[in-house]
Amino acid sequence: MTDIAWIDLALASARPKALGALLRYFRDLDTAEEAFQEACLRAIRTWPEKGPPRDPTAWLIFVGRNSGIDAVRKRSKLQALPDEDVISDTEDAEGDIAERLDDSNYRDDILRLLFICCHPDLPGTQQIALALRIVSGLSVTQIARAFLVSESAMEQRITRAKARVAKAGVPFETPSPQERAERLSIVSTMIYLIFNEGYSQADPRHEAAAFSDEAIRLGRLMLHIFPSEPELMGLLALMLLQISRRPARFSAEGEIVLLEDQDRSLWNQLFINEALALLDKALRHRQPGPYQLQAAIAAIHSRAKRAEDTDWTEIDLLYRALERVQPSPVVTLNRAVAVSKLRGPQEALDLIDPLGEKLGGYFYYHGLRGGLLKQLGLTSQAREAFDHAIALAHSAAEAAHIRRQIDKMQEEAAQPIAK
Amino acid sequence: MLYAILCYAHEETVFAWTKEEEAAVMEKLYAVQEPLAVSGKLGPVGRLMPTTAATTVRKGKDEALVIDGPFAETKEALLGFYVVDFDTLDEAVAFSKQLSAVNPGSTSYEIRPFYVFRPGDAAS
Repeated sequence: MTDIAWIDLALASARPKALGALLRYFRDLDTAEEAFQEACLRAIRTWPEKGPPRDPTAWLIFVGRNSGIDAVRKRSKLQALPDEDVISDTEDAEGDIAERLDDSNYRDDILRLLFICCHPDLPGTQQIALALRIVSGLSVTQIARAFLVSESAMEQRITRAKARVAKAGVPFETPSPQERAERLSIVSTMIYLIFNEGYSQADPRHEAAAFSDEAIRLGRLMLHIFPSEPELMGLLALMLLQISRRPARFSAEGEIVLLEDQDRSLWNQLFINEALALLDKALRHRQPGPYQLQAAIAAIHSRAKRAEDTDWTEIDLLYRALERVQPSPVVTLNRAVAVSKLRGPQEALDLIDPLGEKLGGYFYYHGLRGGLLKQLGLTSQAREAFDHAIALAHSAAEAAHIRRQIDKMQEEAAQPIAK
Repeated sequence: MLYAILCYAHEETVFAWTKEEEAAVMEKLYAVQEPLAVSGKLGPVGRLMPTTAATTVRKGKDEALVIDGPFAETKEALLGFYVVDFDTLDEAVAFSKQLSAVNPGSTSYEIRPFYVFRPGDAAS
């Protein structure tokens, strides 16, 4: 790695903390972003010569703050003088920078910064775009390519989202423990959204695939500043377990490989070990939440050396627990897979039939239904369900996967049973 | 004399390395370790999971307290360690300098001589 590459990484990992602190100071996202940008430029000029500072984040906040103040002053000469509180609280201005460099002081800054991006008025895709732009500092070009829209359209989308958030106002007071917990949960959801946006991509070389790594980075950051939140441990564990399977999820031809058919030796064991350690820690808190439960389910798959070693009884139990904490037809649909393994396709089918109304537009619903009907030998009904699924597929890989099921079924139907 | 060489760095940067960046750094580190391993002076080498995976047990009033996170909240975290057998501190310093040269960023190595060493047999 060259020095410059290391500096890039250091700037990226310092970004949420530094930008969060600058935002609190200037109380304006654009000013904070400009100040951070300027600090980064100076870092690229100074660090290679003088060596990296011991605490890059503190350096960036300090330099960014000075350059931001200069910029605000310059602007104020051209315009009317700003109120003192536009720049900051006097308390902030006089505070010793070294004093606020502990992680505990970053907590609310970062949380606020992330929270801004998941304003409830914004649709999920805009939350993701805004967070990637502001918190992660990805370029508009990168984000636009990932979402398959033009750069100008993405630029507009982000500007509009920013305006909307600005109009809604951002609370700068220290949140109460209750508010903090709420924000934490909303931010966790947004991080998981970012993860899934990347993870759902069939092609790991696709621009959006990098979003998953970014989400893991944000997850690590959150856990770093809130080290005793079992749900954050669960979220990070869940993301690590899922991404550990990335090398095995698609065939060389880009087709989906089902969990039970994956080559488990390709799974990233380092990620799995870390996730299991996190989950272990989380369980000590005895506050199971949706992320911990989902991670626990994923962990059971990761612990099984072969697909047939999977402990479906435990998975069924965990899904039942998840249904209680976070009831959703999708959770029940997932439990149906465990039920089919434990008690056969008919019982699973009975479980998911009532979900048709809510999940009628859901690819996996028809895919699973087709699979279960196929197992029962109800070929024409299975065919119908598979056709539904293909029509609802999000990607070519999903459609191809179902088509292969149909082909297999037809081959089997064409041959007399020779067992 | 046995020395522990402890590697401290900014874990947020280290754990943000891409697979390729990570592989490149590890390869360079292995190259530095190799001659020592050949000469039989290199003992266990451990790379630690991030501090988010750490748990601290601290003496409490009645019962020990269990706290999530590493013992010390510092900018730089202990990310791994080496056990090496050197005749002099100078050799340990020279080896650490080599490690530091191939490790990007502001990585520090702390050299601590051993009092007692039991290699154990848990490693697989």
